[in-house]
Amino acid sequence: MSAIRFEQVEKSFGSHVKALDGVDLTVADREFVAIVGASGCGKTTCLRLVAGFEAPTGGRITVGGKPVTEPGPDRAVVFQQFALFPWKTVAQNIAFGLRNKGMPSAERQERVAAAIDMIGLSSHADAYPHQLSGGMQQRVAIARAYVLEPEVLLMDEPFGALDAQTRVVMQEELVRLARRNPRTVLFITHGVEEAVYLADRVAIMTRRPGRIKEMIDVKAVRETERWEEHARIEDVMDLESFIHLRTHIWKSLREEKPAGR
Amino acid sequence: MIASRQPLPLHRSLALGAIGTLAFLGFWAFLARSGLVSPLFLPGPVAVAERFATLTERPFAGGTLPAHVASSLQRFLIGYLLAAAVGVPLGLMMGWSRLLDDIVTPIFDALRFIAPIAWVPFAALWFGTGIGGPILIIFAGAFPPCLINAYRGARYVDARLLEAAEMLGTPGHRMIAEVLLPAALPSIVAGLRISAGLGWQSLVGAELIVASTGVGYMMVQAQGAVSTATVMVGMVAIGLIGVVIDVALRALETRLRRHHG
Repeated sequence: MSAIRFEQVEKSFGSHVKALDGVDLTVADREFVAIVGASGCGKTTCLRLVAGFEAPTGGRITVGGKPVTEPGPDRAVVFQQFALFPWKTVAQNIAFGLRNKGMPSAERQERVAAAIDMIGLSSHADAYPHQLSGGMQQRVAIARAYVLEPEVLLMDEPFGALDAQTRVVMQEELVRLARRNPRTVLFITHGVEEAVYLADRVAIMTRRPGRIKEMIDVKAVRETERWEEHARIEDVMDLESFIHLRTHIWKSLREEKPAGR
Repeated sequence: MIASRQPLPLHRSLALGAIGTLAFLGFWAFLARSGLVSPLFLPGPVAVAERFATLTERPFAGGTLPAHVASSLQRFLIGYLLAAAVGVPLGLMMGWSRLLDDIVTPIFDALRFIAPIAWVPFAALWFGTGIGGPILIIFAGAFPPCLINAYRGARYVDARLLEAAEMLGTPGHRMIAEVLLPAALPSIVAGLRISAGLGWQSLVGAELIVASTGVGYMMVQAQGAVSTATVMVGMVAIGLIGVVIDVALRALETRLRRHHG
């Protein structure tokens, strides 16, 4: 059981900037929730609080019923800018978290090899990050997180730094991965289509100070309209049910007046 | 003005360097022969070169020139390696832990304004002319740049990499050895280069007073015997060895930078 629960969470930076103002949100065990919102609305702050990089200034956050106190491998993070160790190879990057856990070498090598195989980079196991494309680097970062078999996976605009074609491929790969090996996922994005395509539920945030404005249940629609029968993302995006949800979220976001205007 | 700092082709740089050196030697020879200065106080370049050759075979002040150089280099290496072994890890830890930073910084800031040569009386009281004195003084000269550069290197490591390491459950010793050290390596090596120069300078200063072998000691004895040529041989030896140390460390620095990409 590893649900994420936000209870009236507030976060201020200094005395002037209030990033979050009473966020209530529950991500159920093995559920994939995406948070969408304008840039600067505090959605990344939500993720950083669950990761334990920062502490809330009000309310509380629990994972599996326990309050978050510090970062840890039970809540693996995939960063927008990959954050791979440039002096470690692909295999060493993926193995690092397992070494920290004290996993015996034989088992570790097996797990790392399987993870590299999963992301299709077997021929690049000994390459350094700077020798890889952005898409490949982000695959490594995802494998580095998945190999820990974390309770919770936190993804902070993971495809935001990739070009459009690579992004689509990665989105399709992530869907396959997430269906095969479900985790509790909190996914931050400003891409509405990405959120609808990937998530079970989409949380829409207000402008700063951020609150959850609306929750959209995508999973029910996906199952009744049988999205999974379409392998390609563009076919899913052509479905009327997809367009309907996407437009609904778009409108909801548009209602949020830009700050200072 | 910008154009005047553009790098020149290597052969032109070498040619210009040779011209400068020859002009210097020429001016020196002219002064020595002109009768303006007594040859007792300013022997010409040829006389110094002859004395240099003689000293490589015939002992002066208890040893040949190579023996004095060896004894200086040995002290230098001990003091320098000690400074690096303490300064680099301490600097990294200070850059990482705010607590340690706050504890050490006031003492360090006060101590580093005591010039290495100002440690001489203290070193003389403690060690007399034993090996401990010069080592303490080299340490005093070489330690601050080691610490400061490691500290800066660790302070300016990409915050995302540190967060990634924390998220992967990295224990303290591995944080130092596998994250902070490689990330700060370019800065550390730059510091090692600066501290080698300062350490070598401090050493010879120290040997003038608290030693019974070494290049500095040889020079003091030569001063007593009014052998200006021997004093100048000592100066040439100090300069040449300083250049060799710097070139070696610069080569190391260039190699590391290339590896770091």
